Amino acid sequence: MFGYIPSLGSPFAEFRRLEQELDELFGSTVWSGGIRSLPPGTFPAVNVGTTPDKVAVYLFAPGIDPKTLEITLQQNLLSVSGRREIPVEQNATYYRKERFSGEFRRVISLPEDVEPDRVDAKYTDGIVQITVQRRAAAQPRRIEIH
Amino acid sequence: MATRQNVTPRTGNGGSLQEQQAQASETALRPPVDICENDEGITLCADMPGVSRDRLTLQVNGNMLMLEGKAQLELADQMQPLHADVRATTYRRTFALSNELETDKIEAHLKDGVLTVHIPKRAELRPRRIEVQAS
Repeated sequence: MFGYIPSLGSPFAEFRRLEQELDELFGSTVWSGGIRSLPPGTFPAVNVGTTPDKVAVYLFAPGIDPKTLEITLQQNLLSVSGRREIPVEQNATYYRKERFSGEFRRVISLPEDVEPDRVDAKYTDGIVQITVQRRAAAQPRRIEIH
Repeated sequence: MATRQNVTPRTGNGGSLQEQQAQASETALRPPVDICENDEGITLCADMPGVSRDRLTLQVNGNMLMLEGKAQLELADQMQPLHADVRATTYRRTFALSNELETDKIEAHLKDGVLTVHIPKRAELRPRRIEVQAS
């Protein structure tokens, strides 16, 4: 009765296709083997993007007090630690508790040419955005041919 | 930044089948939720970082409650991804509601990427405590 339903196709085939597309889009090899990488689902999720003159780190940390965040940058190692408190409703029955609660810490290696003195961070709609400038020398220069 | 934003739930009869299929084929993240119930009703909290009030949709369709939000990241021009834990920008999750809940009195607010939805129970169906009289 609950066997294979032809109209839905194989869900696993769909997963594989999706995974493949995402890997093509973002490149699965970039960070997957990083010694400091954490298993999927770790709080907060992190995206990192680069341009020739800066590196932007996005931490998906909804519902935190940004004042309690501790962000440090040592050479090219960015550490972010903090705590998310989720108040527990008294006299209530919980059916699902999927949201992360407690202390967290993530260490992210950035490209080696970042300038640790030129960092800026902000918190909008639950995302911490940390922008670090890169050294000018690393930026590609156009070489004129005379 | 930490302002409380009220969100008005929208009631509708859903989209066409094509629209639904188009939505299903788009990659969506399933936001983690906490759900708890007390005598007054059910409270649902969902983590939807990057979603602002104008990009959030709460829809009640029959007895289904659908949360949908689009996250926005401030991306510079020509930014190259170096690492991405989050690989989609749409959050979507649907819940089936039951009859004793008052779907037209749903209240929601969004703060720092956390959506809180309160669904009250019909007054006549709330549990009543029965006092035992001592003789």
